[in-house]
Amino acid sequence: MKVLKLIFRNTFRHPLRTGLTILGLAIAVMAFAIIRTTVSSWYTASQAASPNRLITRSAVSLAFTLPIAYKEKIVKIEGVSGISHAMWFGGIYVDPKNFFPQFAVDGDTYMGLYPEYIIPPKQMEDFLKQKNAIIIGRRLADRFGWSLGDQVRLTGTIFPGDWDFVIRGIYSGAEENTDETIWHMRYDYLDERMRTEMPGRAGQVGSFVVQIADPSQSAAISQQIDAMFENSSAETLTETEESFMLSFVSMASSIVTGLQIISVLVIGIILLVLGNTMAMTARERISEYAVMKTLGFRPLHVVGLIIGESLFIAALGGAMGLLVTFPIARLVQAAMADFFPVFKVQPITLVLAVLASFAVGLMAAVFPTLKAVRTPIVEGLRIID
Amino acid sequence: MPLLVSYTLKNILARKLTSLMTIFGIALVVFVFSAVLMLTHGLGQTLVSTGYDDNVIIIRRASQTEIQSIIPRAMANTAKADPAIKRDSDGTLLFANEILVLIVKNKKSSGEPSNIPVRGVTEISMKIRPDTRIVDGRMWKEGTSEIIVGRKIQQNFEGCSLGQQIKFGGRSWTIVGVIESGGSAFESEIWGDYNQLAPAFDRPIFSSLTMTLNSPQDFDAMKERLENDPRMTVEVKREKQYYEDQSRFTTVFINILGTIISIVFSLGAIVGAMITMYSSVANRTIEIGTLRALGFRRRNILAAFLVESVMIASIGGVLGIAGASVLQFVEVSTTNWDTFAELAFSFETSSGIVLKGMIFAVVMGIVGGFFPAVRASRFRIVNALRAK
Repeated sequence: MKVLKLIFRNTFRHPLRTGLTILGLAIAVMAFAIIRTTVSSWYTASQAASPNRLITRSAVSLAFTLPIAYKEKIVKIEGVSGISHAMWFGGIYVDPKNFFPQFAVDGDTYMGLYPEYIIPPKQMEDFLKQKNAIIIGRRLADRFGWSLGDQVRLTGTIFPGDWDFVIRGIYSGAEENTDETIWHMRYDYLDERMRTEMPGRAGQVGSFVVQIADPSQSAAISQQIDAMFENSSAETLTETEESFMLSFVSMASSIVTGLQIISVLVIGIILLVLGNTMAMTARERISEYAVMKTLGFRPLHVVGLIIGESLFIAALGGAMGLLVTFPIARLVQAAMADFFPVFKVQPITLVLAVLASFAVGLMAAVFPTLKAVRTPIVEGLRIID
Repeated sequence: MPLLVSYTLKNILARKLTSLMTIFGIALVVFVFSAVLMLTHGLGQTLVSTGYDDNVIIIRRASQTEIQSIIPRAMANTAKADPAIKRDSDGTLLFANEILVLIVKNKKSSGEPSNIPVRGVTEISMKIRPDTRIVDGRMWKEGTSEIIVGRKIQQNFEGCSLGQQIKFGGRSWTIVGVIESGGSAFESEIWGDYNQLAPAFDRPIFSSLTMTLNSPQDFDAMKERLENDPRMTVEVKREKQYYEDQSRFTTVFINILGTIISIVFSLGAIVGAMITMYSSVANRTIEIGTLRALGFRRRNILAAFLVESVMIASIGGVLGIAGASVLQFVEVSTTNWDTFAELAFSFETSSGIVLKGMIFAVVMGIVGGFFPAVRASRFRIVNALRAK
C-alpha cells in the first residue's frame, strides 16, 4: 500500500511534466485507434457480406459485361435459390468529387436478396411502379440532404447523357456494418435507353448476384457456374460475396500496409514521449533511490516504484486517448464520407490500444530502472543536483 | 549570439538521452510528413510525365477516363480531319486511335488479382510518344496474337515475362517485347495491335484519340472547334492535363489521411519537445539566474531557449528528411482509384518537400519551446539564484 501511495505522489511531483506526458500519450493512443479503425473500415464491406450470396462477373475484368441471358442458365443449377443482376452505373452528381456507388438493379428481385436493406413496404411498391425511381441509403440521403420525392440528375460516365431520377425509397441497414451509401436505380430504365441509343450495349449486366441455400455448397456451385460458360465469348468468374469484396481491399493493399506501418510508428512516438519523461524522472531521483536503498528498501521496491509510475502514466494517457477516440472517429467519418461507408471503432482496436499502452509503460521504464538498479548506493548519494 | 549558440549546443549535448529522444520524436514526425508528400508527388510525377505538351487526347464527354469512354468511328473521322494535327516529315498524320480495356492478373508481391490496362494501339502511337521504346525483345508482327508489356508490368505481375503467354479475349497472346517510357504510366500497361485487340474484345469502337498538334498554341482553337461541333460529344484535353486529372481521387485521399496523421503526430512531438524544454529550464534555474545577474537580458534568455528548441527540432527535421529520402528507392504499386487500374510509382522528393519538412520541424520547435522559454525569461534573478 505504501508503495502505491508513493507511486501516486511521485507521479504528480511535476504536475506540468506529467500532465504534458499524459496529453502526449492520449493524442498518440487516439491516433493509433483512429488509424487502426481506418484499416478495419476497409474490411467492413467484406465482413458485411452474406455467405449465402455468390457474385458472378466477367472473368476478364469488371469493365466487361455479361449477357443477361446467363440468368436463365444459372438459375437452373441445383442449390441456387435466387438470382438477380446489377450494373455499375458510375454517374456524376454535379461534380466528380461527389462520389458514391450507383447500381442499376433488377427491381423485382435484387432487394429480396439483400434482407439487410430495410425498406418500408410502401416505398418498395413506389419503386416498382416508376421506371426512374431510386432507393438510396440513409447516409447517402443525409450527405446531400435528399428526401423522398426529390428529383436528382446524374451525368453518365459509362452510359452517356443526363439521367433524371426520383427518390422513392430510403433504406437503413439492419446491421451496424451495412453500407448505407448505395444508390439503387432500376435496370430496365437503363436498358431501355441503351436499346434505343446504343443497341450493342443493351441486354448486358455487370454481375449476377446468386443466392444459394447452403453456404457449404458455395465452392461447388461457383465452379459449376464458371464451367458452364467456359470457352464462351464471355467467361465468368464466380466467388463468394466476401472474396469479391476482399478483391477490392487487395487493390488498396499498399495503402493498408502503409497505414499499418504508421500505426506502429505512432507507438514509437508514445514510447519516446513516455521514455523521455521517465528518463528525466529517474535521473533526478538517483540520490533519492540511494537513500531508500540505504534505509533498507530492496532494489525490487525501487524497480516497482519506477515501473509503477510508468504504468500509471501510461494507463492515464491511454484511458484519456480512448475517451477522445470516439468523438474524433465521428469527425473523421464526416470528413471521409466519400471514402468509407462505415467508420466504427472496433472492440479489437480498443484491446490493441490498451495492450500497446501497457507495453509502452513497461518499455519506457527499462532504461531508468537499469540505471537506478545499477547505480551503487555510494555513487547515488554523491550526486548533487 | 555566438555565445548563445555554443551555450545551447553544450546543453543539448549534456543531456544526451533526453535530447536524443526528443530529436527522434521530431524526426519520426517529419519522416511521416515528408513520406506522405513524397508519395503524392511521386504519383503526380508519374502521371504528369505520361503526357506530352503538344499532345491532345479526346475522350467522350463526361466519361472521365479512357476506360469508360466510347468514341464511334464517325466521330474519330471528324476529329482526324482537324487542321491543327501535325504531319511528320514523311507526311504521316500524327493521329492515333486507341482502345483501352482492363484485364485481371495476379500481382507477384501479394498473389492477389489486380487490374492491368491493355491498350490497343496503331503504329502512330509510338511516334507521338517519343520516350516510349522497346528495351527488350521486339515489336509485334502484324496480324499475329503478339503483345508487348510495360517494364513495371513485367516486374510486378505473375506470368508477364518475355515469351510467356497471357489469355484474354478468348485468345492466347505471346509477349514478344518489353517497353519503357521514362517512368510514365505507360510502363504499367500492356500494348497490342488495335486491329487484333478490338475484335478480340468485341469492341469495334475507340476509347480515345491521341494526336500531336502543329503547335501547343493551337489547342484552344481546336478544342473550341471539336467540342462545339454538333456531330461530336467529346471532351478535348491536353494530354498532360488528362493524366494529371487521373491522380485526383487517390491524391486527395492520401492528402487528407496524411494531413490528419501529420497533425496528430506533430502534437505528440510538440508535447515531447515541451517536456524536454521545461525540464531543461527547471534544471538550469540557477544558471539562468547567474546569466541574468551577469547582465544578460530577459530577451537573451528567451532567445537562448528558443534557439535550443529550434536546434533540437532542426536536427530532428534533417534526420527525418534524410530517412524519408531513402524511400525514393522504394516503389509502390497500387490501384489508382480514378482509373481502377494498377499503377506503379515511386516516392519522389523535391526541394519544396524538403523545405516544407524543415519548416514543419522548426515550427514544432518554436511551438514546443516557446512556453518553456517564456518561463525561463520570467524568472526573478534573486529567486532563481536561490533555487535548489
